[in-house]
Amino acid sequence: MQWNSLVTQLFGPYHGMREDEDFLQGEVIFDGEPVAVIGTTNHAPIGVRLALAQARVVLDTVSQHPGRPILLLIDTQGQQLRRRDELLGINRAMAHLGASIDLARRRGHRVIGLVYDQALSGGFITSGLIADACYALPDAEIRVMRIPAMARVTKLPEEKLTALSQSNPVFAPGVQNYVAMGGVRSLWKGDLQACLREALAHAPTEDQRARDGAERGGRRLAASVVQRVLDAA
Amino acid sequence: MISYAECSARERLALLLDPGSFHEWLPPSERVMSPHLAQLGVPSAFDDGVAVGRALLDGRSVFVAAQEGAFMGGGVGEVHGAKLVGLMQRALRDRPAAVLLLAESGGVRLHEANAGLIAVSEVMRALLDVRAAGIPVLVLIGGANGCFGGMGIVARCTDHIVMSDVGRLAMSGPEVIEASHGVDEFDSRDRALVWRTTGGKHRWLTGDCDALVEDDVAAFRAAAVAAIGASKPFTLAALEQEHALLTQRLHALDTADTTDRDEAELLWSALGIADAPQVGELSVDAVRALRTI
Repeated sequence: MQWNSLVTQLFGPYHGMREDEDFLQGEVIFDGEPVAVIGTTNHAPIGVRLALAQARVVLDTVSQHPGRPILLLIDTQGQQLRRRDELLGINRAMAHLGASIDLARRRGHRVIGLVYDQALSGGFITSGLIADACYALPDAEIRVMRIPAMARVTKLPEEKLTALSQSNPVFAPGVQNYVAMGGVRSLWKGDLQACLREALAHAPTEDQRARDGAERGGRRLAASVVQRVLDAA
Repeated sequence: MISYAECSARERLALLLDPGSFHEWLPPSERVMSPHLAQLGVPSAFDDGVAVGRALLDGRSVFVAAQEGAFMGGGVGEVHGAKLVGLMQRALRDRPAAVLLLAESGGVRLHEANAGLIAVSEVMRALLDVRAAGIPVLVLIGGANGCFGGMGIVARCTDHIVMSDVGRLAMSGPEVIEASHGVDEFDSRDRALVWRTTGGKHRWLTGDCDALVEDDVAAFRAAAVAAIGASKPFTLAALEQEHALLTQRLHALDTADTTDRDEAELLWSALGIADAPQVGELSVDAVRALRTI
């Protein structure tokens, strides 16, 4: 879905959000209350610049608007694959974004992630995956790496990975699999305003994803292994 | 002098911690293994590539995890990640003096793609909980596989990073960048370039790591002992300071003429480091003295 159509459905035609070089930002009104919206579009690769741009708005929201909810709109092809970004410490910039979101959560801001188009690994791990809870639209796509690149790195045949990605939630890019594994809390279908309202009211502030993954059958071991470490003599 | 890079994860634990003090949780004898690798025809490991437990460091109680780079490059899968999360949650409950992470990882284990990605983010959140509780988390980076991908982000979420000059800390590996944008973007076989971009000396000069040591287990131990009380809580003021530093760095190369110049050397020069072109040749001791921030 186009970001403009999405925010129009969520916040009406006068939402006031703007796009600046793949970066989305706005202060919208939802159910009479202000919400800070931060996002990316055009499958933007997240490099140092975009990580810092997002962190800036998070920190401004924390300092100027204590408690204001934050909605993260996610559409990214993953981290920027450039040498200069590595030189400049892209991992540090991403950690900074993640830590800024984490600070907001600890100070009582609700932080909701929504994958509205595409999410890949590095661009996702310090946005939607570090929010209180992450949601997705049914047509969105989440994956770690495209299959040809994955075949090259793992040295497994591309055909084998393609076949597995049809059936195995661990490989398949569909968002439904992320729901089954607990990484996505639920899919937003139908009345998007009702979905956001529910998320703002009920998204857990504790990390429940391993438990959800076990209950939903998509990630059977994570929660029990955590518990075994806690219980080990 | 024993090379940290050449040690296995378990050798590091044996040599770095107080002798005989490491007590492992879910040791290999319990065979807590990946549920995903067998169907790919890939061998599993009885510890899924990470050892976790408690130990003493200079007489103080610490929790520790060591990733084994020889198993799937230290990649984080469902079980590997859950062991790290369990360790962090246990630290939150039992409050050791510190948590040590002997990181060696390519990041998400691609063989468990989606489960690995979620696992790394769970590690990150659990680690941030430990930090928020005032328990310092230290990471040591000096293995041959470096610390990349999601684990490169996790490392930067800790209180204190110790690196050797042969250690590497980054996001995407040079091979991945070269495969994506060509050899002119990043020549992964140019070892000097790889280390100028991701290596311990560079990370030290830019302040991306907190201690630079020789590739020596005893040096890593000494640096860990020195940092054991180094809790640095994430506050709004601290994050604003971090933001200013990263913003300034982002613009450091904007005005420089990078034609035929090495960008790492330009960045070091911009940071006020004298003799930037010599850094690659200098000893660890000499580089340690050059830092300006």
